[in-house]
Amino acid sequence: MLAYVAKRLLSLVPVLFVVTIVLFLIIHVTPGGPAASILGLEASGEEIAELNQELGLDRPIALQYVSWVGKVLRGDLGNSIFMNQSVAQAIREHAGPTLSLAIIAQFIAIALAIPFGIWAAYKRGTAADFTLMGISLLGMAVPGFLLGLFLMLLFGVHLQWLPVAGYKELSAGFWEHVKHLILPGLSLGTIQAALITRMTRSSMLDVLNLNYIKTARSKGLRESGVLLKHAFRNAFLPILTVLGQTFGTLVTGAVVVESIFNIPGLGQLILNSIARRDYSVIQGVVLVATLLYVGINLIIDLLYGAVDPRVRLDRK
Amino acid sequence: MRREQRSLAIRRIGGSPAFVAGAAIFLLLAALALFAPWLTSYGPYDMKVTERLNAPSGTHLLGTDEFGRDLLTRLMYGARVSIGVGLVVALLSSLLGLLIGVYAAYYKTLDHVLMRICDGLVAIPGILLAIALMAALGASALNVVIALTIVFTPNIARVVRSSALIVKEQTYIEAMRAQGAGDLRIIWRHIVPNTLSPLLVQASFVFAEAIISEAALSFLGAGVPAPEPSWGNILQASKLVIYKAWWMVVFPGAIIVLSVLSLNLLGDGLRDWLDPRVKGKRT
Amino acid sequence: MPTPLLAINQLKTHFHTERGKVTAVNGVSFSVKQGEIIGIVGESGCGKSVMSQSIVRLLDHTDDISYEGEVLFDGRDLLRLSPAELRAVRGNDIAIVFQDPQASLNPVYTIGEQIGEVIRLHQGLSKKQARQRTIDMLRLTGIPSPEVRVDDYPHELSGGMQQRAMIAMALSCEPRLLIADEPTTALDVTIQAQILDLIVSLNERLGMGVLFITHDLGVVAEICTGVKVMYLGQIVEETTTERLFESPLHPYTQGLIASIPRLDGDRREKLHVIEGSVPSLANAPKGCGFSTRCPYADGKCRETEPPLRQHRSDHGVKCWHYEAIAEGWREEAAGHGR
Repeated sequence: MLAYVAKRLLSLVPVLFVVTIVLFLIIHVTPGGPAASILGLEASGEEIAELNQELGLDRPIALQYVSWVGKVLRGDLGNSIFMNQSVAQAIREHAGPTLSLAIIAQFIAIALAIPFGIWAAYKRGTAADFTLMGISLLGMAVPGFLLGLFLMLLFGVHLQWLPVAGYKELSAGFWEHVKHLILPGLSLGTIQAALITRMTRSSMLDVLNLNYIKTARSKGLRESGVLLKHAFRNAFLPILTVLGQTFGTLVTGAVVVESIFNIPGLGQLILNSIARRDYSVIQGVVLVATLLYVGINLIIDLLYGAVDPRVRLDRK
Repeated sequence: MRREQRSLAIRRIGGSPAFVAGAAIFLLLAALALFAPWLTSYGPYDMKVTERLNAPSGTHLLGTDEFGRDLLTRLMYGARVSIGVGLVVALLSSLLGLLIGVYAAYYKTLDHVLMRICDGLVAIPGILLAIALMAALGASALNVVIALTIVFTPNIARVVRSSALIVKEQTYIEAMRAQGAGDLRIIWRHIVPNTLSPLLVQASFVFAEAIISEAALSFLGAGVPAPEPSWGNILQASKLVIYKAWWMVVFPGAIIVLSVLSLNLLGDGLRDWLDPRVKGKRT
Repeated sequence: MPTPLLAINQLKTHFHTERGKVTAVNGVSFSVKQGEIIGIVGESGCGKSVMSQSIVRLLDHTDDISYEGEVLFDGRDLLRLSPAELRAVRGNDIAIVFQDPQASLNPVYTIGEQIGEVIRLHQGLSKKQARQRTIDMLRLTGIPSPEVRVDDYPHELSGGMQQRAMIAMALSCEPRLLIADEPTTALDVTIQAQILDLIVSLNERLGMGVLFITHDLGVVAEICTGVKVMYLGQIVEETTTERLFESPLHPYTQGLIASIPRLDGDRREKLHVIEGSVPSLANAPKGCGFSTRCPYADGKCRETEPPLRQHRSDHGVKCWHYEAIAEGWREEAAGHGR
């Protein structure tokens, strides 16, 4: 198991190497170079040269990369040109709402999807199954920001049960905090829910045809026991993978949904930074989100071992 | 025999209601985009200050926007941009993905390099990478195509590579090599044709994803810039008037959902049709 | 004469598929007494597995299915029990051992958890007591160091050990009827013999009735007291094991016997095989089900289905011409020095 963890960690090195190269280079593909695009069209050649020097952009590109990665490894993501604070600080201030939103969305998705998926598999071929699958197909075709707009229209104009904009810190009270995140969470979580429902269903169907399910029934277990204890535990592995993958989509989607519901998260930060051409912030946010995504998938991979004894032993 | 199988296959996919519905809806949308100038008497940029934010009516079937432009007309012209971007992204990333995937599968050293690059690109959440690229490149339809192609190519390359690897391991490829067939011939005559089915399925999903992504980017103001209409930037404008003009949200939203749904149905139909397991059952 | 443990009367099992009704078990009647080992023999597709699973209605959950007739267990008709009543029978009074132990054990739970589950469910024992009983059962089925093995996952055991564990699970609530559905088919020959010995010895010690489903007449000869030969969802011949091998009456049975490889026979002699293959249930032939493959079939066989007739009190056969055919068989057997 330990060897497996080590091997898995080692495999991340080339991935992260490529990620840093890509994010580093993004700054350098700006037309005319970053300094020119930061300063705008009216800037003189001297001003540009001055800023280049200030930002260290006049050094050889390999050197710039090495020094950037060196700083990143020490947790220094550079400074925001616009906000007069470090990028790391800005990210820390904006990460909370995004994470809260992503967690609530994931929670909503799982709470809807897994029971529906199991039920659809159990009732396969019936009207209930077809209806659920139809809804999930539709759900997959509605992007989060669009659902956000629809929900806003519905709740802002017709039903006024929930706030349609703004954000309250957790310190303002749990319910107050959650209340502001329900509609954004729903907008964000629905696609995931659709995806996970389908995944759960097909994974359950695969398992329900296996012999040990028949064994479980022949023992006299209740159907609920057969489904949950014997089938779902086995069907869970592929579902777990999807959960990990979709969490990346959630963080991504949060960026878009935040802008609709005015949530001061990483999405707001990155969008504002685009307008201000604050490249180091953009770089930093994308890097942190990527690390989060990669980290979560690593954890999921290791969790495999905990769920399936065969993986624990078989993997070298 | 081959021809019989093929006609049987065509009849099968013709019999899949999901595929037929998907194809029909999508062709309809594409026709609206293509024939827009003949279908509407308004121009996409014709403003009429007196008719701002009019609700749907006989003169403006889907209402007007904040500048008094006809929404239906803007959606039809917007379809050219949105579907166009999606189509070009799907084609470009398929082509690049095919080249990368096939060559990576065939040459071991190249495989290590290319697949590590793909792993890295895939590790960055899609829209964030696109946003970062758009921030650097600047907002324009062409740059949306470039950014989304970079985002989606690695996915396709992986799919192509894994099916190319399966073909490459087959004994008949070994036999061809023993008979002195060149690499180029083996790759293009024997490996590439076998990767086309999964590629086609994947491309239809990328098409749908690209339409969503373009809409999201434009909605955020990092995609196709106004006044050129795209489904995403029409929605961006609608956000400001959401409580005054429901039609500005509902119709662009519906058309996006419809196009994505139809492409997904099409892709599902293709997959069921091309899936070797389903095929195995038939013979 | 004691009342039978299990009495099946005119059981029919219908599958309702998209293409219409398919009858996999078509009017089967027989009984199993306490302590008896009854063999059900036939090629794959003859309905023997469906029949055995119909007894505790295991197929209800996966297929659109309906039954006719009755399955009396202790005088209660299992086909008419409520789901809860049926669950109380399954695993407790009637237990099943399936063909492929590897696939029949849940890979994510230990052997102990899986056996303990059924014990706790039906016997109401505590976790600790159930574990002790599990270990006892594993020991009874001949698994070495059961205290250790109880915590093993299925994939850590060999195929033979897995099947022993399955048998331990099946017998853990002391069922009165054990249904063994090809329990040795997936195993090596030597392991096969061990598992058969185990079933026989446990049958002697615990006295449960055994319904043994197999396609292998050799296995039947070794362990069964009585045999039912099935073809296309029907019993075509039933008698004691001894009589079946001594004077098989049905041409299908004769074909099965003739196709057993014989160690003492002439090596140059070609192995007999029954011509053709089992027709699908969806288009079962008119008249006698075996008429499409029977060398003796005539117009009558193809038109009218023969009834199951009692040749003797302990020997029934479903064939119009069995008397003439049996005569021929005896002559041929004599000629071959059987």
